Amino acid sequence: MSATSTGQSTRQSTGQSTVAPASAPTAPTSQSSEPLLRATDLVKEFAVPGTGGLLGRADTFRAVDGVSLEVRARETLALVGESGSGKSTTARIVARLTDATSGEVVFDGEPVTRAKGDRLRRFRSDVQVVFQDPYSSLNPRHTVERIVTAPLVYQGREVPGGTRAFTQQLMERVGLDPDHHRRYPSQFSGGQAQRIGIARALAVSPRLVVCDEAVSALDVSVQAQIINLLRRLQREEGFSYLFIAHDLAVVRQIADRVAVMSKGRIVEQGERDAVFDDPQHEYTRTLLAAVPRIRPEWERARREAAEARAATATPDREAEAAGTEEETTA
Amino acid sequence: MSTLLEVEDLTITFRTAHGPVDVVDGLSFTLEQGASLGIVGESGSGKSMTSLAVMGLLPPTASLRGRVSLDGADLTSLPESKVRRLRGDRMSMIFQDPLSSLNPYYSVGMQIEEAYRAHRPGVTRRQAHKVAVEAMERVHIADAARRVDHYPHQFSGGMRQRVMIAMALSTEPDLLIADEPTTALDVTVQAQILDLLQEVRRETGTALILISHDLAVVSEIAEDVVVMRHGVAVEQAPAERLFSDPQHPYTRALLDAVPRIDDEIGELRGIDAAAGVGGKP
Ligand SMILES: Nc1ncnc2c1ncn2[C@@H]1O[C@H](COP(=O)(O)OP(=O)(O)OP(=O)(O)O)[C@@H](O)[C@H]1O
Ligand SMILES: Nc1ncnc2c1ncn2[C@@H]1O[C@H](COP(=O)(O)OP(=O)(O)OP(=O)(O)O)[C@@H](O)[C@H]1O
Ligand SMILES: [Mg+2]
Ligand SMILES: [Mg+2]
Repeated sequence: MSATSTGQSTRQSTGQSTVAPASAPTAPTSQSSEPLLRATDLVKEFAVPGTGGLLGRADTFRAVDGVSLEVRARETLALVGESGSGKSTTARIVARLTDATSGEVVFDGEPVTRAKGDRLRRFRSDVQVVFQDPYSSLNPRHTVERIVTAPLVYQGREVPGGTRAFTQQLMERVGLDPDHHRRYPSQFSGGQAQRIGIARALAVSPRLVVCDEAVSALDVSVQAQIINLLRRLQREEGFSYLFIAHDLAVVRQIADRVAVMSKGRIVEQGERDAVFDDPQHEYTRTLLAAVPRIRPEWERARREAAEARAATATPDREAEAAGTEEETTA
Repeated sequence: MSTLLEVEDLTITFRTAHGPVDVVDGLSFTLEQGASLGIVGESGSGKSMTSLAVMGLLPPTASLRGRVSLDGADLTSLPESKVRRLRGDRMSMIFQDPLSSLNPYYSVGMQIEEAYRAHRPGVTRRQAHKVAVEAMERVHIADAARRVDHYPHQFSGGMRQRVMIAMALSTEPDLLIADEPTTALDVTVQAQILDLLQEVRRETGTALILISHDLAVVSEIAEDVVVMRHGVAVEQAPAERLFSDPQHPYTRALLDAVPRIDDEIGELRGIDAAAGVGGKP
C-alpha cells in the first residue's frame, strides 16, 4: 500500500501548485497536464448512533478517508472495490451531491468545493450522474420525456427538435422502445429504468459523466451496446467518465486507468493493464482471483461446436448468425 | 424428490394506454424441491414479472393466465390472504431494487425482525433482534450489532442488497427467488454470498430461482437454466448442456457477448435483432 500511496501523493502535491485562479477558468484545459477533475484528500464522516452507554454518544464513521483521484479529459477512470468502501460517497462528493467533511474538488481548473449560484449551476450541467439505484433516482410521477429533458430545462435551454423527438432519439440510442416515451418509471424493467438514467445523463452533452454501477442491470448484449455508445461519445464528443463498477470484465473493456478502493481508501491506482496484469496490492489480487468464470471446459466445448458449425455453414448465413458489431444501420 | 413449483403456460398481460401487452407469453418450467434454476436473458424479457407472478405480487394493471402451483396447489386461484401466508412462510424473494423495497422509515433490524416474527409468531422481540443481528453477520456486514439499528439510506448499495438477502433467508423458505441479488457486490463479497446461498440450500433444502445477467454466476449455481427473450423462453436446458452446447441463436449470441476479463479490447459484440432471434429463415 505504501508504495502506491506515496506515488499518488507526489502527483497530488505537484498538481496542487498548478491550481489556476478562478478568474482564468479556461487556461488550464489547454495544458495537457491539467486533469479535468482533481479531487484531493477527500474525507467524509457520518455521524452514527453510539453503541453503548446510557448517553448513546454519537460516534463518527469515516466512509471516505483521504481519497485523491484525477480524471483527465477524454479519459475513463474506473473505481472498483469492496462493497461499502466509499465509492458511491466519493462519487457524490465529486458531483457535489453531498459535501465532504474535508478535501477539495477542482473541475476544469476551478475549485468547486464551495461553488454557489451560477458557478454551481454550470458545474452541475458539465457533470452528470447515473445513479446506482435506478428506480429511486427517477421521479416516479414523471414521464420519461420529462425525466430526460429535465437537465435541459434546468439549464434554461430549449429542447433541440422538440421534447418528443428529442426523447425518442435518446431512447433509441440506449436501446429503449421510443414508443414508450410517455411511460412512467414503474412501467419499465430494472435494466430499462437504468437506461433511462443513462439517457438523462447524455441529454446535455456533459463533460464528465459519473457512472455508479450504470450497466449492472443490463444483459451482456445491451451492456455491450451501451459501452460501445459511451466509448463513441468519448471519441466523438470528448466525454470523460468516472466509472464505478464491480464487474471487472466490464472495467477492463472501458477503463483507461483503474483505482481500487477498500475501507475508505484507494489502495492501488494505475494504468488499466498494469493493474490487471501486475496488481501490487493484496486486496487487488484477491479481487482479481475472485472473478467468476464460466467453466473452461464448457467454454471450450461451446467454441468447438461453434467452429464446427461455421465450417459447414455457408458464409453469409454464418455472418448472419454471428450478430453484429456496434449499433449498425439496423 | 418431488416437484415444488410448477409454472404452466404462464401469460402476463399489462393494460396500457395502447391496449393490452403480453410481457410473458406461455412460459412453463418446473422446480424440484431443493433444486436450483437460473433465469437469464434480455433486459425487459419478463424475468422479474415471472417471479412477481409466482409470489402473487404482480402490479394491479397486470393480469395473468395459466397455472402457478406450489406443492400441487394452484396459487392463482387461492384467496389473497392464503397467498400472503405462503409468502411469509414458504416463499421469499430478494427484489431487484433493494432501495425501493426496503422501508425508509424503519431500521433494517426492525424490518428483518418483522419478517422473522411474521414467520414465527410467538418469538419475543429480544429473540427476533438476536436473529436479525445474526442474519446480518451471515451476509458479512461488519459491525452488525451496531449496524442493525441503522436506516436503509445509511447503507451502501451492496449492503442494502445484503440486508434484503438476510431478510429473505431469515424465514427459512422452501422457495427463494433471488432477482439479481449480487449486482452491487464486489466479486469477493459476491462469492461469499453465493456460498451462503449454496449452504442454505444444502442445510434447509431451499429451492432457488436465480435471475441474473451474470452468466458466470448462473453457471456456478444453477442446475437448470431458462433463457428468456421477449417474454418467451427460447431455450431451457441443464446448465452443462446450455453452456457447452447452446442450441438457440439468441443463447449463442448471448454467450458470445459475455465480456471476458482477459479479452482483447475492441468493439464489444452486441446482438443484431434479426440474427439474435433467428427470425430470418
Ligand atoms: N448517510 C449515511 N449515513 C451513515 N453512513 C453512511 C451513509 N451513507 C453511506 N454510509 C456508509 O458509508 C460507507 C460507504 O458507503 P458507499 O455507499 O460510499 O459504499 P460503496 O463503495 O458505494 O459500496 P457499494 O459497492 O456496496 O455500493 C458504508 O459503510 C455506508 O454504510
Ligand atoms: N406497468 C407496466 N406497464 C406496461 N409494461 C410494463 C409494466 N411494467 C413492466 N412492463 C414491461 O414488462 C416487460 C417485462 O418486465 P420485467 O421487469 O419482467 O423484465 P426483466 O426481464 O426483469 O428485465 P430486467 O433484466 O431489465 O430487469 C418489460 O418490457 C417492461 O417494459
Ligand atoms: Mg455504491
Ligand atoms: Mg428485472
